[in-house]
Order: sequence, then structure tokens, then C-alpha cells
Amino acid sequence: MAQATRLRFIPTLAASLVVLVATLPNAALASGEQVRIAIDVPYEPFVYRTPSGQLEGFEIDLGNELCKRAQLDCSWVEQGWDGIIPGLLSRKYDAILSSMAITAERKQQVLFSDPYYNTPSVWIALRGTQVDLDDKASLKGKTVGVQRGTIRDVYITEYYGDVMQVRRYGSSQEVANDLKAGRLDFAFEDYPIAHDAFDFQSSDAPFEQFGPDISTPTSIFGEGAAIAFRPRDEALAEKFNQALEEVNADGTFKALMERYFDYDLSVNAED
Amino acid sequence: MDLAWLDFQGYGPRLIEGGWLTLRVAVLSMVIALLLGMFTASAKLSSSALLKGVATFYTTVIRGVPDLVLMMLLFYGGQIGVNMLTDYLYDATGGRIDWFIDIDAFTAGVITIGFIFGAYMAETFRGAFMAVDAGQMEAARAYGMSPLKAFQRVRFPLMMRHALPGLGNNWMVLLKTTALVSIIGLTDMVRVADEATKATHQPFLFLLPVALGYLAIASLSELLFQWLTRRYSVGFTEAND
Amino acid sequence: MEQLNQAIIDLLSGNEIFTANTLDIYWEGLVNTVHLVFVSLLIGILLAVPLAILRGSRFAIIKWPIWCYTYVFRATPLLIQLYLAYYGFAFVPGVRDTWIWFFVEEPIYPALFAFTLNTAAYTTEIFHGAIKSTPRGEVEAARAYGMSRALTIRRIVLPSAFRRALPAYGNEVIFMLHASAIASVVTIMDLTGAAYYVYARFYAPFTAFIFVALLYMVLSFGIQAIFRGLERWLLAHLRPAG
Repeated sequence: MAQATRLRFIPTLAASLVVLVATLPNAALASGEQVRIAIDVPYEPFVYRTPSGQLEGFEIDLGNELCKRAQLDCSWVEQGWDGIIPGLLSRKYDAILSSMAITAERKQQVLFSDPYYNTPSVWIALRGTQVDLDDKASLKGKTVGVQRGTIRDVYITEYYGDVMQVRRYGSSQEVANDLKAGRLDFAFEDYPIAHDAFDFQSSDAPFEQFGPDISTPTSIFGEGAAIAFRPRDEALAEKFNQALEEVNADGTFKALMERYFDYDLSVNAED
Repeated sequence: MDLAWLDFQGYGPRLIEGGWLTLRVAVLSMVIALLLGMFTASAKLSSSALLKGVATFYTTVIRGVPDLVLMMLLFYGGQIGVNMLTDYLYDATGGRIDWFIDIDAFTAGVITIGFIFGAYMAETFRGAFMAVDAGQMEAARAYGMSPLKAFQRVRFPLMMRHALPGLGNNWMVLLKTTALVSIIGLTDMVRVADEATKATHQPFLFLLPVALGYLAIASLSELLFQWLTRRYSVGFTEAND
Repeated sequence: MEQLNQAIIDLLSGNEIFTANTLDIYWEGLVNTVHLVFVSLLIGILLAVPLAILRGSRFAIIKWPIWCYTYVFRATPLLIQLYLAYYGFAFVPGVRDTWIWFFVEEPIYPALFAFTLNTAAYTTEIFHGAIKSTPRGEVEAARAYGMSRALTIRRIVLPSAFRRALPAYGNEVIFMLHASAIASVVTIMDLTGAAYYVYARFYAPFTAFIFVALLYMVLSFGIQAIFRGLERWLLAHLRPAG
């Protein structure tokens, strides 16, 4: 009877809600055994997603290796850069392994491991662009792209925010795309990211680096990239430091690095 | 026939998974919105000043703030709020209740969208409740039906006829709002298409099929609502409308 | 007043979020949001009026394309329309040498393009509904007075349809304000973009997002009040006497 089905509408609705909520992924209470590591994707070649959805890259390999050494059961959590520190502090995950530079400002919020790589930042523009970074008047009205909330965002905002138009993007990939499309005059990027996106050192690439490598002031650029933890998780940080020391000592780090880079980005590299 | 293009440069399977996620988010948040809307409408029509006040506050705030801002507030700020609650429980019970409740992107998305559309549904239901002839309810009560039974057998089926056009409308808007979950990091079909666009520089190849996906879902739901409208209009002729 | 000022200064001095710098960013965001919404609504309504009239045409060749346009734009998410406008032309080879590039280079133009077409689709349907519900008698009376078809539309149909469309159009304006929050995904520093920036910089989700939520709420209620006033003024003849 039609009427009989009609009056079950509300109980059915309520029951389906209960069932559906019960099947929500990850809504379950977390157990303490595993370590969840957050990473901002994509940041090629450190991390990227293949078309089929697989996470790959230098930091994925490095992180997995460190977890194996420290005998931790790790899982990766994809998290946009904007919310990566609040997410750690609110315990959505236990560590950030995502090219995060050690800065004084961040040190007030999180605990850092030892640094595992250190690279400068670089300016990129169309080949042949005439720019004088010291002549601020000539930069007036130019647009520069950076990833929002990064050390490069802080630097550009502080030193060039008054003359240039700063466009802040959610990911470094979007910065590269818009420079290639011609929407930006300059991009200010992490060296390995720019190297991968623009291949700027080969002489026939359409984009090139201008100006020197930038890694000062240290108060903004920090002392290299490290893994971040909640301040009270000192034991966990110690485990990762131990593992980092091991992979550095036995050459595993170097081997991993050479798989993705043809230059040295380790902390004590001489350049 | 060459079907290789269906692979979408390797993104095909994930686009379909994304479509499935879009549907799940939409249906789940619709269920929450319906329940919340029903409660809120009842609260607005109740004689309690407190209930009325809370319901009015809820619908007013929701209609003043963009969906995206509410979603970010809940996704980014909600976790901190929930943690404060569980931390309090931990302290209050001397550590016996040690919970961590993860507000992931899926939960945040579903709850926010359900919460937002609950406010719109409340208006739809309120109008529909008021459109039901009071005599019908009085007759039901006179027959000795309990208030709950009278609601189920009389008020609910009668008001559905008035509520359906509004429900259909809200569902269409809700469906499109699910696209926003891609911004807080859920891999729905918009997010997959966006990711593929940025990686391959072929916006039309990925964004147009996703737009077609939304068109298809919208058109199918339109048929469903037409069928429901016919069903709940049984016994009413056009002239009565 | 003195005390209040002092209280505010005390409140502000203790935080690093609401500094002159970030308030500046919020202000820029407010200006951009209002600008974006206002311009797209204005062009949208200019497009929608003729489209709504033509949408009721007797000729299928005029009627159907407009129906298709409004259906597609109303059935797909604005976010996809925005992505298509922003990325659609940017990667086409050689586009930089054409006049289209002018509209692609600055992110505000693709956003305006998408928003305008979107609101025009909704507004067309709102006006079309209002025109359709014009009482037959009004039109017949106008024709009996010897008014031409065009004059009837201009003098009788449109003024009365505008009044009937007012409440629905008020909702559309608020929807557009809320929808404009997605402009921040294509680097436009609107209100939401400003909140995003402050959030990413100071890791304070509550402060950043609640503050803009309040700003949006003030804007929404302002718009609502304006439309209520307009309705009271323009629909005065429909109010019950006494």
C-alpha cells in the first residue's frame, strides 16, 4: 500500500543517516600506534600524484625510508600548505614532512627535526627579460607569483610588496603554470621546484633565472627544510633524527637524492 | 571504435571515483539537511520562545555567510573546537575518556553542506506545514491518533505536496555546492579535473566532462522530482491548485 | 567614548593579527568583493532583460538557445565555470597575440566573465517568470488603447514584471555575494582571499574566518534592507489599505 510506505519515510531517513555516518571514512577514533605524516601535494619533484592517484617523489621515498628505520607505521595525509601547521597542532596528523623551512616564527608553534635539505630561492622570468632587482622603480607595476604562506611569500611581501603586485597561489604548480601562460612577469620559487618546472639551466629553455640565489635574511628563509612535530612530541622527533642520521651516514640519502636530482641539495653541500 | 580517449590520459578511473564521491557528499548532506530542516521548521512553529529564537538565529546566520567561508571555518576551526571538547572530557574524567575525533575533509564537507541547506529546507518545510489545512490535523486527532501518528499519516504526506518544489530546488543548489569541497581538499570530480588541468594544460578535456556529469545528475533528479510530485499529488486535481 | 577607544586600543595592542597591515588587506578584500559583485550584477542584468523578453518568443530558433544557455549555466557549479574561464583560454597557443589576451591576463576578467554569465542566466529566468505572470488583462488593455507590441512591453509588461521580480532578484544578489567567495581560488584578493592570507600567515582560523564571516553578514543584511526598502516603495500599491 502506498500509504504504508509513505509513513516510513522519516524512520528510513533517520536510519539511513545512522548507517551513512557509521561508514564515514576516518571518522573513527584514532589509535596511538601509527604516525600520520602531512604533505602538500604537488611539489614536484619532492612529491606529486600520478594520474592514477599514486603519491610519488623524493620526500615520499625519504619519509618511507625513515619510517622503516624508526620502525613506525606511517601513513601519508594530503594537506594544503595554508592549513598545514594548524592541522598539526589540532592533531589531524602527527608530523609534517613537506619541505618546511625552519624559521624562528614557526619554531614558536612547532618542534623541528634536524634539517634534511637546504636550497636557495630563485627568481624566474621569460628569457631575455631585463630586470634590476635593486632598482625598485623599474619593478613598479610588475606581477610576481608565490605560493601563499611560504617563506617566499613572506620575503616578497616584506621587500617588494609595496612596488610589485603580489599574486598568491595555493600551490607552486599554479605559479609555474601562470608564469608559463604569461599572466605573471616573475615567479619566485624554491630552487628545485623552479629547476623541475622550467629547466632554466638548459640554454634553450624559454625561462631563465635572473638575479642571485636568495637565501638571506635567515630570519625569513631559515636554516633548511626539516620535519615538524608538535612541541611535546620530543620522543618522536628524536626517532626521526636518529633515522636521518643513519640514512645520511650509510649513503641511503645520497642514493635517494640522486634518483631525483642531478645536483646536491643536502644541508652541508658546498656551493 | 577507438575508446582510448575514455582513459582521459590516465585520469579516467579517478574522475569516476570523484563522481561517486560527489554523489555521496550530495546525498549524505541532503539527508542531514532534510532532518535539520524538519526540526528547525517545527521549532519555528512551536510555542517555545527559546526554540523559536535558536531556530531563527540559525537560519539568519546561515543566510548571511557564504558557504565557502562556513566550510573553511568548520574544516579548519572545527577541529580545534572539537579538541577543546575532548580535552575537557579527558581532564574531567581523569583520563578515562581519551578521544580524538578527526574532522576530515569529508566529514567537514558533509556536515557544513547539510548544516547550510538545513536552514533553507527549514523555510521550505515551514511554508509547507502552514499550507496544510488545520482541520485535517484536528480530524486526525479526533480519530484518536497520537500526535506522532497524526504527523506521519496526515500532516507529512499532505505537506510533502507543498514542499516538493522547494525541495527539488534546494537539491539542485546543494548538488552544485558540493563542488566547493574540492577547495578544502576532498577529491571530488571537480578536484580531479582541476588537478588534471594543471598537470596537462588541457582544461576542456577534463572540465567539460565534469560539467556534463553535473548536467546529467541534475536532469535525472528533475525526472525523479517530477515522479515524486505526481505521487504526492494523488487525489488532488489540477483545478484545486 | 574615551574609554571605549582605550578599550579597543588595548584589545588591538595585544594581538599580531589585527594590525594596520592586515586590516589593510581586509579592506582591499572588501573593495575587491564589492567591485566584483557589483560589476557582474550590473552587466548581468543588462544582458538578462533582453534575454528574458526573447526567452518568451514564439520562435523556437530564438527561444531554445536561450533556454539551453540558462539551463546549462544553472545546472553546473559556478566553480567549474570559473575554472573554464580562467584556464580555458590561457593555454591556447598563440592566444597572447590576440585581443582575447587582454581579458585573460588579469584574473579579475575571467572571474567577471564567469560571474556575469552565471548571474545573467539566473536573472533571465527570474525575469522570464515575472513577465510570464503578467495579468492578461493588463496587456489586453494596453493593446486596446492602441499601443504597439514594443510600447506595451516597455510601458506595461516590464515595469510590472520588475516589481514582481524584485524579491527573487534580491535573493539572487545575496547568492552572488556569497558565490563570489570562490574568486579567491584564482588569486583574487577578495574578502575570502584576505582571510585565507591571514590564516596562512598567522595560523589563526577562528580569527581570520569569523571576522570575514561577520563582514559578509553585514553586507548581506545591508543588501536585504535595501531590497526591503525598494519593495516597500515600489510595491506600495499592492499593500492592503489601512
